[in-house]
Amino acid sequence: MQATSTVDHPEAPPAVKSRSFKRAFGDVREAWDHRELWGHLGWQDIKQRYRRSVIGPLWITISMGTTALALGLLYSVLLGAELPAFLPYITAGFIVWNFILGCVTEGTDVFIANEGLIKHLPAPITVHVMRMVWRQVLFLLHNLVIYVIVMMIFFGTLSEPYRMTQDGPLQPGLSWTVALAIPGFILLAINAVWVSLLFGVISTRFRDIPPVVNSFINLVFFMTPIVWDASILTKVTKGSPEDGAWRMWIAELNPVYHFVEIVRAPLLGHTVDWHHWAVVGGFTVVGWLLALVILRNYRARVSYWV
Amino acid sequence: MVSIDVWNASVDFPIFDAKSRSLKKLALGKVGGKIGSEGRVPIIEALHDITLSLKDGDRVGLVGHNGAGKSTLLRLLAGIYEPTRGHSRIVGKVAPVFDLGVGMDPEISGYENIMIRGLFLGMTRKQMEARVNDIAEFTELGDYLQMPLRTYSTGMRVRLALGVVTSIDPEILLLDEGIGAVDAAFMAKARDRLKDLVKRSGLLVFANHSDETLLDFCDSAIWMDEGRVKMHGGLREVLTEYKGHDPFERMSAEQLARLGYTSPVLSGNGGE
Repeated sequence: MQATSTVDHPEAPPAVKSRSFKRAFGDVREAWDHRELWGHLGWQDIKQRYRRSVIGPLWITISMGTTALALGLLYSVLLGAELPAFLPYITAGFIVWNFILGCVTEGTDVFIANEGLIKHLPAPITVHVMRMVWRQVLFLLHNLVIYVIVMMIFFGTLSEPYRMTQDGPLQPGLSWTVALAIPGFILLAINAVWVSLLFGVISTRFRDIPPVVNSFINLVFFMTPIVWDASILTKVTKGSPEDGAWRMWIAELNPVYHFVEIVRAPLLGHTVDWHHWAVVGGFTVVGWLLALVILRNYRARVSYWV
Repeated sequence: MVSIDVWNASVDFPIFDAKSRSLKKLALGKVGGKIGSEGRVPIIEALHDITLSLKDGDRVGLVGHNGAGKSTLLRLLAGIYEPTRGHSRIVGKVAPVFDLGVGMDPEISGYENIMIRGLFLGMTRKQMEARVNDIAEFTELGDYLQMPLRTYSTGMRVRLALGVVTSIDPEILLLDEGIGAVDAAFMAKARDRLKDLVKRSGLLVFANHSDETLLDFCDSAIWMDEGRVKMHGGLREVLTEYKGHDPFERMSAEQLARLGYTSPVLSGNGGE
């Protein structure tokens, strides 16, 4: 049986290789060009989730409000903190944490969950990540309503210099520096994309990763200063104040702390130490490099693995 | 210039069973000394050493038994699978219509599915909004477009999918077998539209089992067998080899007339 090819075949195969940084960058750039697509899909996801419920996406806001209120009341008693300072602190921290939690847990699952789309429609894989992060951003915007309400209630306390705990550092209080939360959040979202790309690809290949991440993330929550304030780490009951200084490392060595801090601190009128920005900046660069290497090597494998 | 070129491309699927998908296995398995994580994973060679060159104006039928690699080849041509060995180059805007159950969200309405499919195929929201009425009219789904997709029959889904791909002027159209689920009246309508589209847009690859449909749309054919291109040539020759008889042999005069072929075919060899 002879194949009767009717067309002349071009001789040389193209030099463009499947595994190249050009293709990896191309994937991310193309995903950006498709922003109307993931923008639409992200909205759709939110509408979808609450399609048949009466008050719809308001549930996101309500559940956040209840959690923040309950935790705020409980921990302000436990830690002996002033409620007017502590409730906003927990609210803001929890909103930021929820964004991080959503991006990490859904990020590990992002390609597995989109198997159908990946196998049936040609599109850059970063599109699925962008859709997921965008959805989390929309969740965060819903939750921000709670922040605004809490701020209105406690504005009196927060607009002037105040302390979180009795011997905590004096915070300058709310001012125009609130705007710093915006670049902080943008940086956080940029990091969410690489985290989800990296973990998403690895999890697609190794299905143990999502359960591992899911069990560790709870630990991270308790280790991160969200329901407690970092300044209480150094508080000492006996001995000289310097004895407690090393304990600051418990927070400092936790990358999530820095990410939370660059968004939360401006929201509360706290001073943001420059080193938080530096750490986050470092993570952004290193993380994206890692993600691009993974994209370069395994981007084309994702449709085989899902 | 629209074209698809494939050089010696193979598509191998690693089949990870629950055990070999874990890190533990990979770490422990290193003892064997074989480097490369894929080494111990069973592999299905879905496509083997495919070399193809399709260009503007090609209308290719894809035939072969179930499991011969037709759908995988379509996905390779769509760029969804990049070859594990060899190269491929796809130039042009691809619009695939594969498995109709997937890639559409059953919970959202027909309108929204039209929008999402269009966006996936590279259209902007504005462009899709301009086309929605046209698609609604073509698919004849009317008020059903407001209903969630899960209320649709298979045929209605096919209508929707065809409505979208034929409205967006794709350059490369890839159709899998599922299209057969629509009724005759709609098929006739879709046929005109698809033909028109192919005339304008250049490249069609159509996997189908029906001689009539293939003769209607295609002029050349690829016969896939066990992941290889067994034959690539004129549609009639390939079909004759594949089916073991001339495709025109068993057709009624009216079918032939509709296809626009003249009857000398029939007089040649009068049945078996």
